[in-house]
Amino acid sequence: MTAAPLIEVRGLKKYFPVRGGVFSRVGAWVKAVDDVSFDVGRREVFALVGESGCGKTTAGRTLLRLMEPTAGQVRFDGASVFDLGKRELRLLRRRMQLIFQDPYSSLNPRMTVGGIIGEPLRVHGLATSKELDARVGALLEQVGLAPEYRTRYPHEFSGGQRQRIGIARALALGPDFIVCDEAVSALDVSIQAQILNLLQDLQESLDLSYLFISHDLNVVQHLADRVGVMYLGRLVETARTEDLFREPLHPYTQALLSANPVPDPGLDLEPQVLPGEVPSPLAPPTGCHFHPRCRNATERCARETPPLREQPGDTLRQVACHLYDEEH
Amino acid sequence: MRAAGPASAGPWRQAWERLRHSNSAALGACLLAAIVAACALLPPALGLDPMITDPAARNLPPSVDYPFGRDALGRDVMARVLAGGRTSLLIGLAATASSVLIGVLVGALAGFYGGRVDEVLMRFVDFLYGVPYMFLVILVMLLFSDTARGDPLPVFLALGLVQWLTMARIVRGQVLALRGAEYVTAARALGASDSAILAHHVLPNTLGPIIVYATLTVPTVIILESFLSFLGLGVSLSWGELVAEGVAVINPLRSTWWLLFWPAGFLATTLLALNFLGDGLRDALDPRGPTPNGP
Repeated sequence: MTAAPLIEVRGLKKYFPVRGGVFSRVGAWVKAVDDVSFDVGRREVFALVGESGCGKTTAGRTLLRLMEPTAGQVRFDGASVFDLGKRELRLLRRRMQLIFQDPYSSLNPRMTVGGIIGEPLRVHGLATSKELDARVGALLEQVGLAPEYRTRYPHEFSGGQRQRIGIARALALGPDFIVCDEAVSALDVSIQAQILNLLQDLQESLDLSYLFISHDLNVVQHLADRVGVMYLGRLVETARTEDLFREPLHPYTQALLSANPVPDPGLDLEPQVLPGEVPSPLAPPTGCHFHPRCRNATERCARETPPLREQPGDTLRQVACHLYDEEH
Repeated sequence: MRAAGPASAGPWRQAWERLRHSNSAALGACLLAAIVAACALLPPALGLDPMITDPAARNLPPSVDYPFGRDALGRDVMARVLAGGRTSLLIGLAATASSVLIGVLVGALAGFYGGRVDEVLMRFVDFLYGVPYMFLVILVMLLFSDTARGDPLPVFLALGLVQWLTMARIVRGQVLALRGAEYVTAARALGASDSAILAHHVLPNTLGPIIVYATLTVPTVIILESFLSFLGLGVSLSWGELVAEGVAVINPLRSTWWLLFWPAGFLATTLLALNFLGDGLRDALDPRGPTPNGP
């Protein structure tokens, strides 16, 4: 990574108000994304992993400005995404797209496949109605579907095919960056492999960058260049994929990896079962969010929030844990 | 990798197939078509005039020449029932159209934008709901006290004022649910404008409930108008007024049953047909309903 990264996320926060009682007072805040910073390089696949509810989807949606952020900065190729006006944002949307988890609810049931894939081109006025059919056909072929499927409706397709349609829609505008939000989680394992390979081929042939949001570590290991691990709205560790899987540093990452079924009997990670459950995001623990479940927790962990710190000798290795604090 | 089925059946086409195979909806549609055709075509074809009086033919029972009989002023009851049908059906259609227009607009805005907009619009709807509609109607009548009695405009306004409320609530609920749909998020991520999202993604998916409720609004409006006419507040020469006239001349000595039977019969048949059709449409447009090829 010599050139500047394509996406720079700095201190991103997204809090949701919890309203209740008379006059809908804001009683509390759910800190879905709490001070998250990371980069996605050009032609890089950066994965965000974590359990359900850890804020990875919210982070993806917020950085695309599909939700308004509570605080923070996102720079896309130098442009500050949160400061753009309506028109500039519309232009930027051509360059950043989104692929959804659920291939059933992400396609409008009353539109034909051609209408769905052609919509981005129509919205941006990028194709005349004559060209549209040819462009849509080419996009369908690019994702491995027959151009004749143009006139059909989503309900006539299987989950994997629908996901391909969703991918074609995301590709229509020729983006540089795609947020893949659990893009294969809803699919059968055999179909998952096909879609993953398609995503990988597209990434290589079209020079795409992905923010790949997933809870499936095997998928992440297969696809990602770098990984960020989230827990309760915070990033606890980022590393190159091979480093993370070889030597996880944060206790949460260690537990996460040991809980992952690995189809390799030679690999011998010590099985580690976390005590308790993920705390409610309405009342997260003080200090390090992970300390009540961490076997290495000290009194300091409950008091002080560990910042995400670079590890000595490796700028791409960051961990938010007092264990790796040099002062101790 | 082949999708099922040789031809592409869109959701609307499937609904149409289901509708065609529903007996009650077909019966309702046929009855309605017959009544509309009769009201529209018969008076000019047979040269019927609901206003011509004939002192020699007062209260003539139904006969071959005048199958519906004649009224107390010797006017042809068939001519009057058909002309009344025109008024009643037109009022029903016009008030329904305006209720769809206002209701969809208000409901869609409230549901789509939420927050303040939603609060203000829906509290206004709640307020109007709370006012008894007869009170509203009389209020509107007072405002229009200058216009001639029997003019359809105030009645139309009064009914329109009341009828869009439920439509607005229905549409708001639907839009609220659709606003969070992933295909709406996808459209937003593509840079589609709010109006494009509403027009292409949100409203087409609420059209089913809108059509069904509109079909059921027509009979409601007709019966409300009839009730107003019955009270003497309605439009002149509508089914409601004819029924009122028929009821007024009931007496134990001399039965003029045809004055009540024909307008009441046409009114009831129309309401029944519209309700059948509305029920059939509701079943046909229900996405969870059975499809021609599988669940």
